[in-house]
Amino acid sequence: MSDLEQILQTAEVVVCCGSGGVGKTTTAAALGLQAAHLGRRCVVVTIDPAKRLADALGVPGGLTNDPVQLPVGDGTGELWALMLDTASTFDGLVIANAADDEQATRILTNGFYRNIAGRLGGTQEYMAAERLLALHVDARFDLVIVDTPPTRNALDFLDAPRTLARFIDHPVFKLMMMPTRRGMRVLSLAAQPLLKTIGRVIGTEVLADAVAFFQAFDGMQGGFRHRADEVIDLLHGDGTRFVLVASPRVDTIDEARFFAGRLVDKDLEVAAVIVNRATPDFGAPHGRRSKDPDKAALHDNQAELHARSIGEHEHVAPLVADTGREPVWVPLLASDVHDVVALSEIRALLFAGSPAAPVSR
Amino acid sequence: MPPKSENPLQFLTNAHVAIVAGKGGVGKTTVTAVLARAAADQGLRVLVVELDGKPALASLVGDIPCLALTPPAALAEYLETHGLGRVAKRLATSGVIEVVATAAPGIDDIVVLGKIKQLEQSRAYDLIVVDGPAAGHAITFLKAPANLLKLVRGGPIRSQATEVAELLADRSRSQVILVTMPETTPVNEVIETAEALIRDPGLHLGPVVVNAFEDGKELAVAAAAVGSPMRRAAEYRNARRDLHRRESRRLDDALDLPMVRLPMLASPVLDRDSIAELAAALEMHQS
Repeated sequence: MSDLEQILQTAEVVVCCGSGGVGKTTTAAALGLQAAHLGRRCVVVTIDPAKRLADALGVPGGLTNDPVQLPVGDGTGELWALMLDTASTFDGLVIANAADDEQATRILTNGFYRNIAGRLGGTQEYMAAERLLALHVDARFDLVIVDTPPTRNALDFLDAPRTLARFIDHPVFKLMMMPTRRGMRVLSLAAQPLLKTIGRVIGTEVLADAVAFFQAFDGMQGGFRHRADEVIDLLHGDGTRFVLVASPRVDTIDEARFFAGRLVDKDLEVAAVIVNRATPDFGAPHGRRSKDPDKAALHDNQAELHARSIGEHEHVAPLVADTGREPVWVPLLASDVHDVVALSEIRALLFAGSPAAPVSR
Repeated sequence: MPPKSENPLQFLTNAHVAIVAGKGGVGKTTVTAVLARAAADQGLRVLVVELDGKPALASLVGDIPCLALTPPAALAEYLETHGLGRVAKRLATSGVIEVVATAAPGIDDIVVLGKIKQLEQSRAYDLIVVDGPAAGHAITFLKAPANLLKLVRGGPIRSQATEVAELLADRSRSQVILVTMPETTPVNEVIETAEALIRDPGLHLGPVVVNAFEDGKELAVAAAAVGSPMRRAAEYRNARRDLHRRESRRLDDALDLPMVRLPMLASPVLDRDSIAELAAALEMHQS
């Protein structure tokens, strides 16, 4: 049984990581399809706003923040999918942690909150992690596959829970707040010169919003921190597996290696490696190059693809050495993966049996 | 909008700032380096600006100066030049910069664009090529000035946003160059992005660069036995070329923008030589 098949049969959470443009979303969808065929009740979480997964899965109206069930043909399991909506996931977290409706409303309508909900660095990653936690305990599913956000270095996903907790605990905000009496929240005097300076730069309205947010948020930090710890525990748990997705381009391999290193630093391991968009190898051309120009062109073409494939395997070799995993190679298809038929083809290639080695090296 | 018949390299001299944007994996950094190289080969004084923390870019452009801009550094410099130098340090060390950047949406983008504007106004360069922000952030980045102007009513950041908006709105000063690959999904994405940006009167789109285009004439598959590896290799190649031609035609039909094609490189390694090779291909395009 391949590493991948083993993972899909036993894991509770599969995290697909890699840099942008390597086919991570398609891979997550193909893994979900296979898991459903293996009898798992699987949900795929994507953050891809390009609606690629919806296209590949044949969901006409596109995916939403709530899981929708998809047809899986002859599979005995189930396949569900959703597209993460960062802002509404954050809203849900605020509502769940607020002491009452009044506190929730004050936060949700705050301008500063709307900014961090939408775009604070790491918020999207944190909400992906948060959603993962919620889906993991959802009785409808026994496997959650996460397509991580296409962040610059693809690492933020692991650090995100801590990043947000750190933001909430930021010394500046502590400085802004006086120890509070019930219902009375005032600005610390020590913070005022600093706030004045910030106000001069960004304008006083924006600053007033920020202060109001932290006043409203007071008391909820504990809940958020606790949640962040749970996410970290889940990511480090026995049921979680990390699948590294790369393409044979040198820059994406470098990023994949960097990511593998960071997983090791965190006492996590790469459970499988997938190399997408590989040049298909038809072997070295047999016989001599013909004098006939048409035949010579065919000879050269096959030789060029073969040389390219060998080059790609050489470039991936360090990643294999780093992770100790023989990658599953998925060749670049003659057409783009944007429908259910092509997705099934990818699935077939991923689970064809042994990892494909280049022909006649 | 520039006319379709425009000379392929002419666009490099249309404006002093070229912001290169595109989704991950389409070769944005490659295109940045190639445009910079082609412009430098034409004798222009070129500066490359990278915002993505991609140190590889500097090694790709060789002797062309390359500046890495990060929002915290740009903000600190901004504060210093606006008489807030004394507090700038304190803000930086206490982590307030991060908070300030969060409090006002797009403030980090504004200070970065503001620095680019300052470089443009220095007149030290004929062309500043900017390797734009990663992944899907191009639209947010380019619309940051307009969005910030709606939110912030006064103060130095507002005037900075106003000046940046003027830079972006002036077609003789700046243009946005979108990058894609000739495949279905990247073409869909670039059409969506271009349409979103065209609707915005405050921006000017230059040509769309189609990267990694596999060109060549149709291989005569019949010259090899049916099912043989040679035949299958030829069928594969023909199908890829067909896909690339089809998708590039679809892009051309969908957008009223000039298109520049860069050929697929023979090697998966990107280095100074391959950039020079692509720049030469771009220059050939011209004749």
